[in-house]
Amino acid sequence: MQIVSEVREPLVTGGKTHKDVTEDICKQVEGAPSPAWLASLAASLLALGVGGYYLGDMLWNGIGRWGLNKSVQWAWDITNFVWWVGIGHAGTLISAILLLFRQKWRTSINRAAEAMTIFAVICALFWPIAHMGRPWIGPVWAFPLPNTYGSLWVNFNSPLLWDVFAIGTYFSVSLLFWYVGLVPDFATIRDRATSKISRLMYGILSLGWDGSAKSWMHYESVSLILAGLSTPLVLSVHTIVSFDFATSVIPGWHTTIFPPYFVAGAIFSGFAMVLTLMLITRKVYHLEDYITIEHIEMMNIIIIVTGSIVGIAYTTELFIAWYSGVEYEQYAFLNRSTGPYWWAYWSMMTCNVISPQLFWIKKIRTSLMWTFVLSIVVNIGMWFERFVIIVTSLHRDYLPSSWTYFIPTMHDVGTYLFTFGLFFTFFFLFAKFFPVINMAEVKAVLKDSNSKVYRARRTLVNEPLPALEEVTVEKEGSSLIK
Amino acid sequence: MEKNKHFLVGIFGDQDDLLHGVEDIRKKGVKIYEVFTPFPVHGLEHALGYQRSWTPKAAFMFGFLGTCLAIIMQVGMMVIDWPMVIGGKPYLAIPDFVPVTFELTVLLASYGMTLTFLFVKGYLPHKVPRIFDIRATDDKHVVAIDLANNSLSEEQIRSILKDVHAEEVYRRDFTDEENQSSFIKYVVDLFTNGVTRSSRIAHHR
Repeated sequence: MQIVSEVREPLVTGGKTHKDVTEDICKQVEGAPSPAWLASLAASLLALGVGGYYLGDMLWNGIGRWGLNKSVQWAWDITNFVWWVGIGHAGTLISAILLLFRQKWRTSINRAAEAMTIFAVICALFWPIAHMGRPWIGPVWAFPLPNTYGSLWVNFNSPLLWDVFAIGTYFSVSLLFWYVGLVPDFATIRDRATSKISRLMYGILSLGWDGSAKSWMHYESVSLILAGLSTPLVLSVHTIVSFDFATSVIPGWHTTIFPPYFVAGAIFSGFAMVLTLMLITRKVYHLEDYITIEHIEMMNIIIIVTGSIVGIAYTTELFIAWYSGVEYEQYAFLNRSTGPYWWAYWSMMTCNVISPQLFWIKKIRTSLMWTFVLSIVVNIGMWFERFVIIVTSLHRDYLPSSWTYFIPTMHDVGTYLFTFGLFFTFFFLFAKFFPVINMAEVKAVLKDSNSKVYRARRTLVNEPLPALEEVTVEKEGSSLIK
Repeated sequence: MEKNKHFLVGIFGDQDDLLHGVEDIRKKGVKIYEVFTPFPVHGLEHALGYQRSWTPKAAFMFGFLGTCLAIIMQVGMMVIDWPMVIGGKPYLAIPDFVPVTFELTVLLASYGMTLTFLFVKGYLPHKVPRIFDIRATDDKHVVAIDLANNSLSEEQIRSILKDVHAEEVYRRDFTDEENQSSFIKYVVDLFTNGVTRSSRIAHHR
């Protein structure tokens, strides 16, 4: 039974009971895969295969297969790295920061968003390793291990090494947070399992979870601390990614605005990707009662906020370039907006600054079609942002004789396609074999102990019914209800 | 660890009934062995009189260990073992060591705390849980009362549970085998007898 508050829209609609939640979510895991799912997985595997061909060819022959040249040594590789890692940030924002702020609407989207984080960070990690050219030895150089010349260590003054620690920690902690959240839901699936294999596999994954009150107490505490640790972590990760650029002396990169600007951009693109994925999942899995229009509206509001921060950051950059009086800095920005890459700059401006402002209109931010289209537009814009920052700053350096123009090859496109294949293969496997919605958390928010519920309960217990105001006071003062 | 075998189980469908029920049961002098719920019920730990979780302390200690290890590693490598001038910075460039120190603090605090919790509470891949009622992971709250640990008789406890509006009250006895579950035995049993015990099908029959 669900009691509906007069003040707020319910987080889960359709009058769902706890039993319904279990049924609706487990149905996807237990049933046979749908044709739509099989087709999607096949498409992802195709992308993985085609991309894998270009990747293999690139690894065999070297990164000369990419369109890089001696002026533009970083192009799509690092653009894609920053883009993917930025997308990952929304998952942690939803699960950690919104948990700390007690935003209960996060419960029906956090699982899929965290999964997206993990897969996006895997795709991100792929790029720095691939761009080393010899990925079988490259990662070894990144670890703090002594080398063969005695014990010359890695350089802890370098932001590239900070990145290794930041992304590594971010991936590990996100994976842990996600897995800890999955354990009680695996136990639910284990207890419903009818086949031997699924009972065994979900039994192992559920770590023998029994849902005892003492364990839940520790579990809640662990989740809260993990959220508390993940919050500065997620902010630090994109800050450190921005240091890769900001600590250099390249005009257009050497700016102090980079850390907050990158973090806002990361959340912006991440929420767009969450929306893209959730709108599809919602449709295919019929989760309209769990991911309601209100959820989508909330996420669109976050997109307006972060999109506006990004817009202010672009303007500030331009202003500071002019105001600093540094001619190289001024030229870098003039060249961005009017030089050979003007089309990339203005695509970025249109997609990131103008398009999210459409969400001020309530009709647009509550429309599924508009949201879906704009979420993709935003991610295109955020890809261009990283491309603009990286390539336009590099392609015209201090020596006009080495000025050049970067043209991607099929290997650039193919390797990018490979990461898309990887991401969607992981996501579709997740959507089939793991519960896409956090059942335990949704059950917990299904009925809040508001005074109305309390009254209803007391009526059942056949006790004299206190006046509503008194109950409210008692509720707030009681140690029972926090 | 010797586990008791004979329990009385009360099933609650609603979290508010459960909270009030647990308080009333304890007021009447019945010791509750444990409550199993499908989701965290806020206030249940207070109703059961549990101590605060120790996990924040574990997180702090592991985090502090991470901070120390990170500083020792960076100072050892960059200052003591092979000092080098990099970008004109001093050997001991403290601001440069902040990011890695922070990351390792977070890494050790999260993993240290979570793995300690899982190990201490015995939540490990080979663990075979002792399930009182299969619905405890679905939609029912299960109050388990250890009969050996209570001075009241089974009938008295049964009537107390009925009084606090438990939906169902029944006796649950565990065999020695169920109490000392072995993963190997569980897997062998699963593959010879199939999913029989306490499964969805068995329950709804």
